[in-house]
Amino acid sequence: MTVDLEHLAGMYRQMLLIRRLEEEAARAYALGKIGGFLHLYIGQEAVAVGAVHALQPDDCVITTYRDHGLAIAKGMSARAMMAELYGKATGCSRGLGGSMHMFDVEHNMLGGYGIVGGHIPVAAGVAFASKYRGDGRVTLCFFGEGAVSIGGFHEGVSLAALWKLPIVFVCENNEYSMGTPLSRSMSVEDVSMKALGYGIDRDRFFVEDVVEVEQRIGEAVSRARSRSLPTLIEVRTYRFRGHSMSDPAKYRTQAELDEHKRRDPLHKAKDDLARDGYGEARLSALEASVEEEVADAVRFAEESPEPDASLLESTTYDGPFAA
Amino acid sequence: MRTLRFREALREAMTEEMDRDPSVFLMGEEVGHYQGAYKVSEGMLERFGDKRVIDTPIAESGFAGIGVGAAMVGLRPIIEFMTWNFSAVAFDQILNNAAKVRQMSGGQLSCPIVFRGPNGSARQVGSQHSHAMEHFYATIPGLKVLAPAFPVDAKGLLKAAIRDDNPIVFLESETLYSVKGEVPDDLGPTEIGKAGIVREGADVTLVAYSRMTHVCVEAADVLAREGISAEVVDLRSLRPLDEDTLVRAARKTGRCVVVHEGWPYGGVGAEIADRIQRLAFDWLEAPVLRVASLDVPMPYNRALEETCIPQVPRVVATARRAARRGRD
Ligand SMILES: Cc1ncc(C[n+]2csc(CCOP(=O)(O)OP(=O)(O)O)c2C)c(N)n1
Repeated sequence: MTVDLEHLAGMYRQMLLIRRLEEEAARAYALGKIGGFLHLYIGQEAVAVGAVHALQPDDCVITTYRDHGLAIAKGMSARAMMAELYGKATGCSRGLGGSMHMFDVEHNMLGGYGIVGGHIPVAAGVAFASKYRGDGRVTLCFFGEGAVSIGGFHEGVSLAALWKLPIVFVCENNEYSMGTPLSRSMSVEDVSMKALGYGIDRDRFFVEDVVEVEQRIGEAVSRARSRSLPTLIEVRTYRFRGHSMSDPAKYRTQAELDEHKRRDPLHKAKDDLARDGYGEARLSALEASVEEEVADAVRFAEESPEPDASLLESTTYDGPFAA
Repeated sequence: MRTLRFREALREAMTEEMDRDPSVFLMGEEVGHYQGAYKVSEGMLERFGDKRVIDTPIAESGFAGIGVGAAMVGLRPIIEFMTWNFSAVAFDQILNNAAKVRQMSGGQLSCPIVFRGPNGSARQVGSQHSHAMEHFYATIPGLKVLAPAFPVDAKGLLKAAIRDDNPIVFLESETLYSVKGEVPDDLGPTEIGKAGIVREGADVTLVAYSRMTHVCVEAADVLAREGISAEVVDLRSLRPLDEDTLVRAARKTGRCVVVHEGWPYGGVGAEIADRIQRLAFDWLEAPVLRVASLDVPMPYNRALEETCIPQVPRVVATARRAARRGRD
């Protein structure tokens, strides 16, 4: 497989940026600067980064509460993410959404949603609008394997299949739904089999290489774009942290975690760059620029103003408040 | 007498009822192996096994419906919602099946089921995870809706709920789970539908339930320092509503403030204000005031969230207004 080194370097940089931003977010959380729920994407970065590289800027993405990585991959700034986590007025959702609700409409990131499965029909609706208008856009909808048990998934996929909507359903199977392993939440081990009953295409693979993610999801994206056919893809991945900051993840062994960390796609991308001659100096420069961007985002978040209470009404209704 | 945390009181109620009646079981997300998302069911899987402490996938509509079906034919399910926010996905099962099967079968069937879990805001969990759902459920005939504030009531009312032959919505609070209180050793079921007077007072009556009862007690302390004596009514049950206690407390001071989470439009506060104005009109010295969450979805930002949720200062200011009306 020949890979353009610049292209890989770009993906590595994004993955590293997401990882480092979230590590800083975890630190800020421990200091009480970030509140509420914080679901980290650490370990899964290659999914969002690879997938978004298969898209055009006009294409839409939508996901769950585990949304920082996708937002950054889709082009949202590190500053907007960190400021949102800090609840500041300069955050992507002006401090009103927080970690679970990152929205960046300019980059067609249509948000992170907190009710499992609730966004899946919504994603199908976005794809419906593309087909309705014939705008040629594709929608990517992300969710965990835990969402495959809820009605929203089935109704969303069923309608997308019936109406042949230009959408790719990306199930990020990180093996656990909170503390519940897949074996105790589904009657089959292969999540992609859920596509069979709806008569749509499916794919399934382990994420080891961000380039492969781009290619595999890219095939489904082309199917959606050229023939308006939906696909369900099960991407096997792993989260290195607990479900959220309050989860000590006692339901899995250290050995299991170590095994997955050994196959960290972030490290593979770096090793590939080094092996293929990207050059030590350029790699360090890339990493230094990520550190700078992360430090800048934290500084920006710290220094930004709090949102004003006057925002509450104007963001609730368009037009006069309808009490 | 022992000191128990709220979550321990709930666990004892479930455990004792499961020991007593083999048809009672607990079902919900992460209730077993994970020991409960908020550790309410800690140790119960080990004690009762996975036949009676059942972990479910994320399928609220599915397992709420399974609970209803099992209850219709004689089991007594306790269905835990990880939080009541997620009950929205199961709303149809509760509204259309649990609450109605008795009447639409002409009384042939009943539905002895308890739906329980934490309700209301937690801390900074944003607009989709901060709902006070009681307004949606208390309006439904066929359901009983309970919202205790103290461990003793949590235990006694949950035991009563499990034994009751009607579907019950049992509302807890994430921020109450660690609250401690005295619980008698051999506490049995507590009668459903009785409010309590948590604090006697003469100048103004504060009416609350669940976590807001604690906020009102704190507010009463502040008011006492200003020379205003506040009575605090803890409703404990929203449906049925203890009109006698409510009206007696309203008549006593003639000045009432209803305090609850959830939005002001319609709902429990409006219902209580209506009962007071109808049943205690001649005793009233001031309009019944309400302190509710602000009429907007819950924001994430901490300061804005605090502005939205009723806090002690807003209760104090409102109580002061009620107490002073016509006197200044
Ligand atoms: C309808 C609903 N039920 C329960 C929850 C609580 N909850 C949040 S995330 C989660 C686990 C989801 O696991 P999965 O879908 O595998 O995604 P992951 O968190 O692993 O990314 C649960 C049970 C919720 N948010 N919504």
